[in-house]
Formats: sequence, structure tokens, C-alpha cells
Amino acid sequence: MKRFPFDWLALPLVGLIAVGLLWVISCSTWAPNLPSPVKTWEMSRPYIVEPFAKRGELDQGVLRFTWYSLILVSKGYFIAILIGTPLGFLLGSSKTLTMMFDPIIQFLKPVSPLAWLPLGLVLFGKSEPAALFTIALCSMWPTVVNTAVGVRAVPQDYLNVARVLKLSKFKTLTKVLFPATLPYMFTGFRLSLGIAWLVIVACEMLIGTPGVGGFLWQEYNSLIYEHIILCILTIGCVGFILDRLMGIVERRFAAA
Amino acid sequence: MSFLELNNVSKGYGRAGQRTEVLKDVNLSIEKGEFVAIVGYSGAGKTTLISMIAGLLSPDAGSVHCNGHLVTSPDPERGLVFQNYSLLPWLSVYDNVALAVRQVFPQLSKQQQREHTERYIAMVNLTPAMHKKPRELSGGMRQRVSVARALAMDPEVLLLDEPLSALDALTRATLQDEIARIWRESHKTVVLITNDVDEGILLADRIIPLSAGPNATLGPATAVDLPRPRDRKTLTRDPKAKAIRLRVIEYLLGEGRRKAPKAKDAVAQVEVESPLVRALREQVAGPLTTPAT
Repeated sequence: MKRFPFDWLALPLVGLIAVGLLWVISCSTWAPNLPSPVKTWEMSRPYIVEPFAKRGELDQGVLRFTWYSLILVSKGYFIAILIGTPLGFLLGSSKTLTMMFDPIIQFLKPVSPLAWLPLGLVLFGKSEPAALFTIALCSMWPTVVNTAVGVRAVPQDYLNVARVLKLSKFKTLTKVLFPATLPYMFTGFRLSLGIAWLVIVACEMLIGTPGVGGFLWQEYNSLIYEHIILCILTIGCVGFILDRLMGIVERRFAAA
Repeated sequence: MSFLELNNVSKGYGRAGQRTEVLKDVNLSIEKGEFVAIVGYSGAGKTTLISMIAGLLSPDAGSVHCNGHLVTSPDPERGLVFQNYSLLPWLSVYDNVALAVRQVFPQLSKQQQREHTERYIAMVNLTPAMHKKPRELSGGMRQRVSVARALAMDPEVLLLDEPLSALDALTRATLQDEIARIWRESHKTVVLITNDVDEGILLADRIIPLSAGPNATLGPATAVDLPRPRDRKTLTRDPKAKAIRLRVIEYLLGEGRRKAPKAKDAVAQVEVESPLVRALREQVAGPLTTPAT
């Protein structure tokens, strides 16, 4: 491909304009219910201009909703990491455990959050623990699998160093296994965070707590379709930023 | 009993049926303070041999004794310098060495541990690079860290597993001189595994060839009774050194090369000449056949 000055800015802009045109053409031809970009901006303005405003329980600025969602997602995500990382270490260090549980993990991985949530509601009765249960259960697997792969990939040389130095089991874990596995773990953490954010929206739509997902569903029910688009854009932006931030952290550890 | 002793040590890999005996009936005794070089083909089982001395592998038959007790597991009394350095990449030079020091000398104070670590880093001339990570160092510098880590454990025996084989010739020469100096200063017992006969002649008190595998075993030892410090430039012309080189190479190319030939292997053995064999042939053809000037 030929490179030219500012292609890193120009090319994405061309793509953006193309999608925008498709949007404009669609809403004026075959999709009359789809709000136009201009209409969307007009209707969304109060939510964007005052992003932290709180006019009522279900009428708040878009960043305020995002904040609620982020808090819920981080709670569920930390549960996932707290359980997933040791689980990954166990699976990575024992062939027996891997053979025992790998089929179950492969089997549970593709189950949709929409399927776990009702079970969470049955188990915990309340909506927030049910949401956390769902987020943790869905987003845990990349952490488990990547940590296990990382533990298995620790070079025998490092373990030989630990043996020659007669490091205790605990010290071998903290001084050799853990640092050697960190890059893999962070790849797992990044993928998990992506899934956790994906799941939160589905959760909020079902349990109706205030947040981006809850707002989206409520505005669908109130027939304000412009806000659906506002929510989609917000979710996309936040997901993108989270992934980039985790990518930076991941690279830092991969380089170590 | 010698300080380090191997009695009829055998070791093989693989399951029954397709098993390869790597080492067969290896006997070795090394006195305290002695520098022994074991020279052999690539893939002959040199690393297997030193791993058993280190205690990382246990022999299938026979026994390894060190300092009067049976070797069953690795121990800091036998410091191992790995072929591929095996530094922990997330630790600095200092921390790689300090990890060993803290583990082996927990009774020392923090201050003493730091001085000890710094002393051994200085011994391999790496003080300026002390806070660098292994990936910022050249291969030769990394191997020096590995040597410092092994020495800092103050081992009874220093085991060097082809420590210089991955380095370029100039770096190798520098490090050979450093190993010679460190040995003179510390007078540790050293076992050096190498595929370079001249390296053995330069450094060791005794050279023992390891025959080609499978079923590799140690050949007759050759004493290197040359005065120290040795200079590699005069060594190439020294008649005694030439005689030692010839003796070791003749064993490796002659008796040490012959294997109990199986019918299906016979053709392959004739045709395949490993780079080492070729190099050794050239070495024999080189300085020894040139007319004396």
C-alpha cells in the first residue's frame, strides 16, 4: 500500500464518512424508523453536553450511566480475575486437573450471558448479585485458559534454576512461575475485560438497573430510538478505550 | 573416594521398546580443586551427563557421589552454568544474582548480602551493567551473569555446560581467560563440558573425551600438564599441546566414534559426517601436518 502524509488520520476518516453516508441513505430510504444522524445529535445533546447531570433515576447524563455500568462491570470482573487466575494456575500445573476440567470449561465457555442471568436470579434472588454472577462466570474463561497456557509454557530452564537454587514451592511460585506467566495472564485479563463489558449491557437490559444498557432498553420501550444509537456509540467507545488501556498494560508486561 | 565420583552411570530416554540408551557405564572421579574438561560430540549426552552431576536428572543405573554423599537432587553446593544462560528475564543482573545469594545465604544481613552480590558481579566485570535486564545484554555478558550467579552460591563444584558454545570466537576467548582467572583465584572444582578440544587444553587439568552416542561413555583421560597461565597463541605451537590435542581427537575420531553398528544404521554412519567431525579432521590436518618451521 502506498503511504502518504497523515494517512493514519485520513483513511479512518474516509471509512467513517462512508459508514455515515450509508446511515443517512438508509434512514431516508428503506429504514424510515432509523433516526438520522442530525436527529440523533439533537435528541442526544442534553445527555452529552451535561454528561453527569441527574434529572431523575432513569434520566441522567450519558457518562453518569457509563459510570454506573463501569462500577458494576469492575466488581464482576474482579471476581472473575480473583477466581480465574488461581484456577488457571491449578489447571496449568496439573495434567490430571486439566483432563478433569478442560471439557467442562470448553462446554461452559460458549454459554450466553442471557442464559446465566436467570440462573443467577434463582440462586441469589436479587438483581445485582445475579448480574455479578453472570459477568464473572462469562468473563472468567479467557483468564483461566490463558493463565493455564502460560504456566504450561514456562521454560524448563527457569524451573531448573529454581531447582538448583532449592527454592521452596511457594518461592518457585512467586519468584519464577508467577512472573514468567504474567504476560499470558494479562492477555487473559484483557480478553476478560472485553467480555465483561459485553455482558454488562445484556445484564442491565434484563434487570433494569440504571446504566448504559438499562438506559438503552428503557428508551427502546419509550420509543426514543435516537437514544439507542447514543447508547450503542457510548458502549463502543468505552469498550474501545478499555481495550486500549489494557493493551498498554499488557505490552508493558510482555516486554518485561 | 574422590571428591566427585560417578560409578557405572547409565541413562536412557523413551519408553520400553523405542528406548535410547544415551550414556552407558560412565565412570569418572575428580579430585577437589581439579579442573576437568569433558569433550564430545553434539548430541552425545554431554548435557545429560552434567545434569546428572547437578542432580537435575537421576541415573537409571549407577550412582553419583559428591563431597562424600549420594547426589539425589540439585543443591547449591553444585553450581550449574547453563548452556543457554537461563537468566530470569524479568530480573536485573543484580536481582538474578541476588536471588541466588538470598536463597543460599539467608543468615547474612541485608547489607552483607548486597556486598556479596556486588562482589561477584564485579568478579565478572559487569558492575556497570548491574541494573540492566538480560535482554539489554550481549550473549557474552549474559553468560557472565550466569557464571556470577553460580559462583555467588559459593559452590563446592562449578559445573559448566558448554557455557561458551553460543558465543562468537572473540567473546569466547575473553570469557575463557575470565574463567581461567576465576579458577586461579577461587580454586573450585570445575567440570567443563565443551565440544572444543582447544578450550579444554587452554583451561583444564585433565581432558576426558566422551564417545558418540547412543551408549556414549568416557574415553581415557589425558592430563594437560602445561604450565599456567596458558597463552592460546603459544599453545597452538606447543608440541605438548599438539600431542594432547591429537590424542583426544584420535580417540573421538577412532574408537570413540565406532558404535556397535546395527545393519540399518551402517550406511548412515558412513555417509553422515557431523560438522564436529569435519572440524576435528581439519584441526588434525591443520597445525599437525604443517612442516615444522
